[in-house]
Amino acid sequence: MTKRTEKVLMPLIAVFLGFLLGSIIVISTGRSPVSMFSAMIRAVTGIDLVNGMSFNPRYIGEFIIQSMPIILTGLAFAFASRTGLFSIGAEGQLMVGSLAATAVSLLVVAPAAVHVPLVLLAALLAGALWGGIPGLLKARFNVHEVVVTIMMNYIAFHLNNFTILNVFGSVDRVKTAFFPQSALLKDPMLESLTNGSRLNWGFVPVILALLAFSFIINKTTFGYSLRAVGYNKEAARYAGMKVNRNIILSMMIAGAFAGLAGAVITNGTFNFGRALPASEGYGFDGIAVALVGANEASGILFAGLLFGMLKAAQPLMQSQGIPKEIVGIIQASIVLFVAMQYGIKMILDKLASKKNASAEGGQE
Amino acid sequence: MAYIIEMLNITKDFPGIRANDNITLQVEEHSIHALLGENGAGKSTLMSILFGLYQPDAGKIRIKGKDVRVTDPNVATRLGIGMVHQHFKLVHNFTVTENIILGMEPRKGPIIDIRAAEQKVEAISKLYGLAVDPRAKIEDISVGMQQRVEILKMLYRDAEMLIFDEPTAVLTPQEIHELMHIMRRLVEEGKTILLITHKLKEIKEVADICTVLRRGKVVGTVKVADASEEQMAEMMVGREVSFHVAKGPAQPKEVMLRIENLNVKNNKGVLGVKNLSLEVRKGEVLGLCGIDGNGQTELVQALTGLTRIESGKIFVGDTDITPLSIKARTDLGLGHIPEDRQKHGLVLDFTLSENFVIHNYYEKPYAHWGILNPKAIRENADRLIREFDVRSGQGGDTPARSMSGGNQQKAIVAREIDRSPKVLVVAQPTRGLDVGAIEYIHKRIIAERDNDKAILLVSLELDEILDVSDRIAVIFNGEIVGIVNAKETDENELGLMMAGSLRKNVPPARQSETSASVQGRNA
Repeated sequence: MTKRTEKVLMPLIAVFLGFLLGSIIVISTGRSPVSMFSAMIRAVTGIDLVNGMSFNPRYIGEFIIQSMPIILTGLAFAFASRTGLFSIGAEGQLMVGSLAATAVSLLVVAPAAVHVPLVLLAALLAGALWGGIPGLLKARFNVHEVVVTIMMNYIAFHLNNFTILNVFGSVDRVKTAFFPQSALLKDPMLESLTNGSRLNWGFVPVILALLAFSFIINKTTFGYSLRAVGYNKEAARYAGMKVNRNIILSMMIAGAFAGLAGAVITNGTFNFGRALPASEGYGFDGIAVALVGANEASGILFAGLLFGMLKAAQPLMQSQGIPKEIVGIIQASIVLFVAMQYGIKMILDKLASKKNASAEGGQE
Repeated sequence: MAYIIEMLNITKDFPGIRANDNITLQVEEHSIHALLGENGAGKSTLMSILFGLYQPDAGKIRIKGKDVRVTDPNVATRLGIGMVHQHFKLVHNFTVTENIILGMEPRKGPIIDIRAAEQKVEAISKLYGLAVDPRAKIEDISVGMQQRVEILKMLYRDAEMLIFDEPTAVLTPQEIHELMHIMRRLVEEGKTILLITHKLKEIKEVADICTVLRRGKVVGTVKVADASEEQMAEMMVGREVSFHVAKGPAQPKEVMLRIENLNVKNNKGVLGVKNLSLEVRKGEVLGLCGIDGNGQTELVQALTGLTRIESGKIFVGDTDITPLSIKARTDLGLGHIPEDRQKHGLVLDFTLSENFVIHNYYEKPYAHWGILNPKAIRENADRLIREFDVRSGQGGDTPARSMSGGNQQKAIVAREIDRSPKVLVVAQPTRGLDVGAIEYIHKRIIAERDNDKAILLVSLELDEILDVSDRIAVIFNGEIVGIVNAKETDENELGLMMAGSLRKNVPPARQSETSASVQGRNA
C-alpha cells in the first residue's frame, strides 16, 4: 500500500465503520437502517427514495449551509495543526468573528459591494486577533495553547453575549436588530433556487478559504517554513527559521478562518447578531472535520460535507422515528476510527501478509 | 563443544522487507560469539526474536538442544538469556543493589531484605571481578560502572547467555579494555556471550567466532583467529573497504575559526564549557575528542548559535559571531553537520528535495515572491543525489524518514558541503553508520579540508578522530586538557587525557592570537 492510497483509504474505512456501527445501533433500537440511509440521501440530493421519489432542493441548500462553517473551523484547526499546534480555540474565534461582523453590519453604512467585503474582513481580523493572543503567549512564555484557547473561548462567549445585550441593544434579549440588506450574504435568488432554503453566498468565502489554505501550505515559502516547524521544531530552529514568529502567524491565520465562519453564519444563515445560551460547537466539529480530513484542504472539504450531511439529516431521521443522537454516535465513532487508524492499518497489513504467506505456501 | 543457542532457518518479514532470511546462528557453549553487520542487516531483529520481542515467521530456536518458543522476554529470562542494552535501563537515584533487585526483591516477611541482596550482589561482583560497590548510587558512578550494573542485573537473574548490544559505544578506551577483560572472565566462569557490534577491532580482540550478516542473510561464520579485519569488513559490506582515509599532509593557512575564553552553561545550569579557547585554520581538520558529556554538545551549540553563551567570543574570519543569530551565522559561512541527524539535521516528514533547501528555500531560484519553485527544488535534489551518491527509493520525492541512517547522513553532508561554508562544524558524523558510509563521509571531509575549509570534527570515536584529524584537542570537564598532533599521539595518550589524568600543551587561559598559534604548532 502506498502512502497516498493509504491516506485516502484510511478515512474511508473509518467512515464505513462509523456507518456500520450506527446501523447496528439503529437495528438494536428496533428501527431499520434503511430509513436512516434514505434520510441521509435525502439530505444530500433532496430526493426522497421512500415516499415516491419526490425531489425538494431545499434539502440541498440546508446541507450546504450546515457544511460551510465546519469546513472553515476545520481549516482553522488544521492550519494550526500543520505548525504543530493543538488549537481548540476555533469556537471562540468564530464568536468574535460574528461579533465583529455584527458590529460592521450595524454601524457601517455602505453599498453592498463595499459592505459585504468589509464585514468579512472585520470577522477575519477579529478571529486572527483572537487566535494571535494564544500564539503570542505560546511563543513568548511557552504557555500551552490548549489552556489558553479554552480560556479564550469562554472570554469570547461572554464578550459576545455582553456586547450583543448591552451595546447593540438586543430587541428581545436574544438578538440584535436586523442587518441592513447591504451587509448580507443572503440572496433571494439562491433561496428561490433551492425552494426557500437558507443557502447564501457564504460558500464563496468558504471556497476561497479552501484554496488559500492549500496554496499557503503547499506553494509558498511561508507554508514550507510552517510545515518545517510543525514536523520538527528543532530542525527548523537549526535551519535558522523564526519558529516563534511562525507560531504566532499560524495561530492568527487559523483564527482568521474561524472568524470568517462567524461572518458566514451571522450574515448568511441569519441576518442579525445573536446572544447565545451556550456555545454551538462549530469549533469542536471543526476539530473532527480536520482529523477526518487529515489536515488537507481536499480532505477537509469532503469531511466537512460529510459532517454537514449528518447534521442536515438529523431532523429527517427524527421524523422517521430514528433518535437524532444516532448522528452524534456516527460522528463520534468516525472520529474514533480515524484515531484508531494505526490499529486498522496493522490489521490490514496482517491480513495482507497472511494472504501473501498462503499464496507463497501454495507455490511451494 | 555443544551448541547452547541454536537459531535455525529463522525468517522474519516486515511489510515490504525481509529482515531475516533463513538465518542460522549456532553459538557454542562458553564462547564469545560476535554478530557483525551493517545497520539494517538484521542483527537487532534476530536478537529481538531470540529475546522474545518478535515471533519468527519461520524457523525454530533451540536452547541447550531443546526446542523452545520464546513468546516474550520473561520466557527468555527464564531460559537464562539476558540482554545488556545499549542504553542502560537504570533508576538514577537508586543504589546499585536496588536497581539490581528491581522486580524480584528478596523479602523478609513484608520487608525487602536489602542486606541479603547486597551480600549476593557483592558475591557475584567479586566472582566476576566487576568491582562494583553495591551501596553506591547510580548517579554517582561512571558510565562504565553503570554498564557493569547492567551485567550484574543479568547475572543476579542467573542468566547463562548474555547478549551485549553495541556495548562499547559509550565507553572510553580504558573502559573498553576493562570490559573485554570482564567478558573473558564471564566466559571462564561458564557463561556464553553474544556480542552485537560493527566494530571489527573489538571482535578481533575478544570474540572466538563471528557470524556476519548482510541484508538479512548470513554471509558466513568464521573463526576470528583465522580471519583478518579486512576480510570480515569485506564480508559485511560486500566489497573491499579501506579503513584509513587516504589523505595528504594538511596545509593549514590562516585561522578561520577562533574561540576565545568561551563559557557556556549546560542544561543543568552549571558551566558545561569553561573558559575554552581553540583555533581552527583553513585547510586543517581539528579533532575534538572526549568522553560523552564533557562539554562537546554545549560547545557545538554555542558555535551554531543554539545556546546563549555566558561570556567569551567566537570569530569566523575576522567577524565576531557571538551576537549573530543562527541564520546570520549560517549566511556568514558557518556550516554544521549536527550530532543528532534526525532531531536537528532533517525534517523527517519532508521529502529529500525539501530537506535539501532547508537553509535557502526562500531564495532564488527555489522561490520567487514567496512562492516555491518545485522544479528548481527538484533539480537541486537530483544534482545533489547524483553528486553525493545519496541512495533513496524515489529520488527527491523520497520521504527522509524512509531512508537509511547512512543515506540520511549523506544527505545532510551533501546539503552542508554544497553551501561551501568557510567553517564546517562536524559533530558525530558517522555515529551508527556502517563502514561503507563511514569511508565515504571521511573522504568528503578530507576533500573539504583540501578545499581550504576549516573543519572542527567533534567525535566520540577515537579511531575517527585519529584517522581524520590533523590536530587533536581533548576536552575534559568543559576544558581543553590537551592539544596534540594526530601523527604523534595514540589511543593511550588520548585516553588518559580524556579521563583527565594527563594534560598536554594546554593553551593558557588568556591568550593572544600569536601565542595560541605557537601552541598549536608546538603540539
